[in-house]
Amino acid sequence: MRPLLYVASFLAVLGLAFWAYRENYATQHQLKQMAAVQDEIAKLRDEISLQRAEWAYLNRPERLRDLATLNFDRLGLLPMEPEQLGTSAQVSYPAPPMLKITGTIETEGLLYPMTGAQPNDTATTGTTGKEEQTP
Amino acid sequence: MIRTPLRPLARILDARAKGENPDVIERENIAARHEVMRDKDRGRAERRLLMLGFGFFMAFSVIGARMGTLAASEPVEPRTASGGTEITAQRADILDRQGRILATNMLTYSLYAQPHDMVDPVHAATELAAIFPELDAKALERRFTDGRSFLWVRKVLSPEQMQKVHEIGDPGLYFGPREMRLYPNGNLASHVLGGAAFGAEGVDSAEVIGTAGIEKDLDARLRDPAQSGTPLTLSIDLTLQANIEEVLATGMRMMNAKGAAAILMDIHTGEILSLASLPNFDPNDRPASAISGDPSDSPLFNRAVQGVYELGSTFKIFAVAQAMDLGLVNPETLVDANAPMKWGKFTIREFENHNYGPLLSVSDIIAKSSNVGAAHIGLMIGGERQQAFLKSMGLLDPPTAELIEAPGAKALVPDRWSEIVTITASYGHGIASSPLNLAAGYATIANGGIKVTPTLLHSAHHEPGVRLITADTAKACVAMLRRVVTEGTATLANVPGYAVAGKTGTAEKPKKGGGYDHQKVINTFASIFPANDPKYVLVVILDEPVETSGPAPRRTAGWTSVPVAAEIIRRIGPLMGLRPQVETTSLDGLTAVSEPKVSE
Repeated sequence: MRPLLYVASFLAVLGLAFWAYRENYATQHQLKQMAAVQDEIAKLRDEISLQRAEWAYLNRPERLRDLATLNFDRLGLLPMEPEQLGTSAQVSYPAPPMLKITGTIETEGLLYPMTGAQPNDTATTGTTGKEEQTP
Repeated sequence: MIRTPLRPLARILDARAKGENPDVIERENIAARHEVMRDKDRGRAERRLLMLGFGFFMAFSVIGARMGTLAASEPVEPRTASGGTEITAQRADILDRQGRILATNMLTYSLYAQPHDMVDPVHAATELAAIFPELDAKALERRFTDGRSFLWVRKVLSPEQMQKVHEIGDPGLYFGPREMRLYPNGNLASHVLGGAAFGAEGVDSAEVIGTAGIEKDLDARLRDPAQSGTPLTLSIDLTLQANIEEVLATGMRMMNAKGAAAILMDIHTGEILSLASLPNFDPNDRPASAISGDPSDSPLFNRAVQGVYELGSTFKIFAVAQAMDLGLVNPETLVDANAPMKWGKFTIREFENHNYGPLLSVSDIIAKSSNVGAAHIGLMIGGERQQAFLKSMGLLDPPTAELIEAPGAKALVPDRWSEIVTITASYGHGIASSPLNLAAGYATIANGGIKVTPTLLHSAHHEPGVRLITADTAKACVAMLRRVVTEGTATLANVPGYAVAGKTGTAEKPKKGGGYDHQKVINTFASIFPANDPKYVLVVILDEPVETSGPAPRRTAGWTSVPVAAEIIRRIGPLMGLRPQVETTSLDGLTAVSEPKVSE
């Protein structure tokens, strides 16, 4: 029984040593990979900051103004004017369709404008007829 | 172990036979035994001491070796730590209120030489001089060959220049990485940003330190590694700043002025949306400060903050506001305005020796800009109260913006607040203050009387200031200032849609030897818009302008600063999303309108 135990424990030690050896190299490999990734992140960050700087440089108001002037023929850009701001009431919506008038229309009003000279010249007129209106 | 007997029988018997004392033998043996024991103990102690010494030696050598390796090796970031928290040695970016970049960093390289490693110093010197025109080949050659082991050649290189230096192929030329401060917008907001330069320089890196403006004032914040990831957001709006600088530059050219400044401020928060001073400079290539001559002639001079000017009639509204707040007058009160006014040996005159008197309402004093009327109001208030009020408005202190130049712009105030100072201060003469203070004062009037602290930092929350004048007084003041534009000295500021209220100010510049120079003036227009619901304050200042379209040159603010300010408001109003509004006038407000005239 005892020799078997010795052999078994020896084999276990061997196995564990092999496992530890592999783990060690796997960890080192992972660390290297991580370092590479972090280097890449740092490089990309630098590049992003450079791109942002370039974006800001290309979008500087002075250059945009010059570009707007150069391309005036195509774009027709001008500084914003106060008149360009409006209210929603100023937007011309399409006119609503007119109602069809088919029946009798009764109107009521004054025949003459109300002045001091003709205070009593008021009359009520009634029109009867059929009007067909096409929109 | 066999013990040696202390009294060996043979010797005892032998001693007894000889008649000696056998105890001597015992003592002898005891002594011998002790000797042996002592030797053993000493040996053991020596061994132990040796062991202990060895232990200490090993421990100290381990510590020493570790210290040695730490000192000799390159520092390495702990790579196993998880990412996320970004620690960079960069200076924080500066953004405008909409997040657009005003200042950022760029990676570049510096060039240095180690002449001992050089193969052909003469060739390298000529080649370098060909790449960089500012280098002198002869001088460079001398420095390469005079035995020094290290020298800087250039602080920053462009990628193209770096490639050319590579192509020289000399192993003695080295590149060191550098973080360079970059201002992508060039001259825009140059006086706010200031500039940056290299501080302590090493081969692998260099410190970037602010040299002026907000870069220097908030240097500690910008360099703080814990906050380098969070950019600094200014209250400046890049679009507004660009438009204001453009209009201001055009106005300065048209009015033949030697300098100009404009401040646009939010009246409720004190946030400065735009701060422009012309002429300006490129912070990427900051010019050296002038050593001789007038500092205000240098483009580095920030007229909007550092310029301490007598701001003229723009101060009248402060006298009127205080008098109304104290209950001394109301807008309709008639005040003595009989010009010229004699006070001791001084004579106070109106513009072009007019006489608006003998009596003028307070509202008309502002509209017509009567010096004599304002002087009488000042006398009603009295010197002590006037000084205290101007002090509480911050007009007698240096401005408070986050610029390194601000604390240096001390207001010029006479030592003794005599009665003549009271008189002149009520129409803005005899005391000089920074235009930024004026903007803050007008903001206080515009927002209903709450003190405003100008700031360049954008923030969601601002500490509310203390109340300086009542809301009713402030409202009446804005109405009076509106009259200046509709029928007073600033009719050219009548921008349709944006009801502008404001006050002009023309002050002659003091001459070097004393007295005033009639040909050199500072023209100020301090305005509030929209008047019916004030939101912003705009102060425009022109330095030595002259308007020459008329038969005689005109130097009053009504002809110079006012049209420039009007154009600025017309341009920036829509950009700020301000909808032009039709002004409604109450019926009783309709009075006989005087001829539109522009005068002081």
